Amino acid sequence: MKGSMQPRRFRIDKVYWETDDTFTHELIPIDEGRFFNFHPGQFNMIYIFGVGEIPISICGDPDINTRLYHTTRVVGDVTKRKQHLKVGDLLGIRGPFGNGWPVEKAKGRDVVVIAGGIGLAPLRPIIYHFLNHRDDYESITLIYGTRSPDKILYRKELEEWSSRLDMDVSVTVDAAGRTWKGPVGVVTKLIPRIISNPDNSTAFVCGPEIMMRFTAVELLKRNFAEQNIFLSMERNHKCGIGFCGHCQLGSYFLCKDGPVFSYDKLKSYLSLKEV
Amino acid sequence: MENLEKILSEHPFFRDLDEDSLNLIVGCASNVRFEKDDMIIREGDKADKFYIIREGSVALEIQGPGKGKITIDTLSDGEILGWSWLFPPYHWRFDGHAQDRVRAIGLDGKCLREKCEENHDLGYELLKRFSQIIDQRLQATRLQLLDIYGIPS
Repeated sequence: MKGSMQPRRFRIDKVYWETDDTFTHELIPIDEGRFFNFHPGQFNMIYIFGVGEIPISICGDPDINTRLYHTTRVVGDVTKRKQHLKVGDLLGIRGPFGNGWPVEKAKGRDVVVIAGGIGLAPLRPIIYHFLNHRDDYESITLIYGTRSPDKILYRKELEEWSSRLDMDVSVTVDAAGRTWKGPVGVVTKLIPRIISNPDNSTAFVCGPEIMMRFTAVELLKRNFAEQNIFLSMERNHKCGIGFCGHCQLGSYFLCKDGPVFSYDKLKSYLSLKEV
Repeated sequence: MENLEKILSEHPFFRDLDEDSLNLIVGCASNVRFEKDDMIIREGDKADKFYIIREGSVALEIQGPGKGKITIDTLSDGEILGWSWLFPPYHWRFDGHAQDRVRAIGLDGKCLREKCEENHDLGYELLKRFSQIIDQRLQATRLQLLDIYGIPS
């Protein structure tokens, strides 16, 4: 319990601005050893000293445990303050929390990673994992949709992954000017063009809830089984260990039982106004 | 012509269409090719064709005041470009600009309209199939309008 509730201090080693409102902190642990192990899809509670605590997904390579990466979009009071932290400043971190993506269940299968907007951050570790263990998986497909070309996250990695012969990457934006040469349209539009083997495929989806709902519907239309579609739900995580109840969704505590669920477990909740 | 018949009969849009109807459609079809940056359709022009894209991608664009050309959708291999030929006043509502070299089958909409007026079974079949495409694009447009990636208020 103490370990879960007491933050460890981390020092900001680098700050990367991904877009005009989204940045990534590269962090080094300075308390209790030099290592931080996590599973793809887990999240941390990040404490900005004297300001507040927020849940943020871990977005680095799970095989690298000496550095921690968190991508944050500036949307609320804590993130507004977080954006002004500089190299050398300290953060408090509790975690990792949550179950993470079920990578073992996808072994020997085609994997389809579908991200919307900032939802690419919680999915980046799973892509690293698939590429680090390339022989364990069949085809790897990444479909990423975002608002406009200037909102694309992780451009360097996307370019690197696109150039690989053993991975398919498609990026679409909701609207663009003429300088953008890629697809325009919602992310669900790319699914029929790409999915070919639904019986032996597992999908990992993260993005705004509406996007995940429509993505799941499109995957089901393509004969994906409900239990092979995994979604990451992030709502009001507070304690991170299922005690406070802020993130309760029906019978689930999203922070502890999730944030990752198969579609069959979540489908009845996704279109409800309130639970 | 035989080749066109095979291509069209295998395309999901025309799949399971009866032979007579398919023959009528093949009679209105031709292979077309556009080079990168060609304008395939232009807003305001007479809409008397539609296209089945075989290869390449087409950007649907609209001119926004002070914004230049805005791409609102892209269509690529296997997709259908254009339904304004079906509805009066038969004018294109958007520009269609070839993002790269595009190979397509062009179908003469005016010829098909006349055939649909004469043969209501064919007309109903075509409208059913176009309605599905219109429905898919409407759903996609609604998602775009929601601006789901914007900052929540």
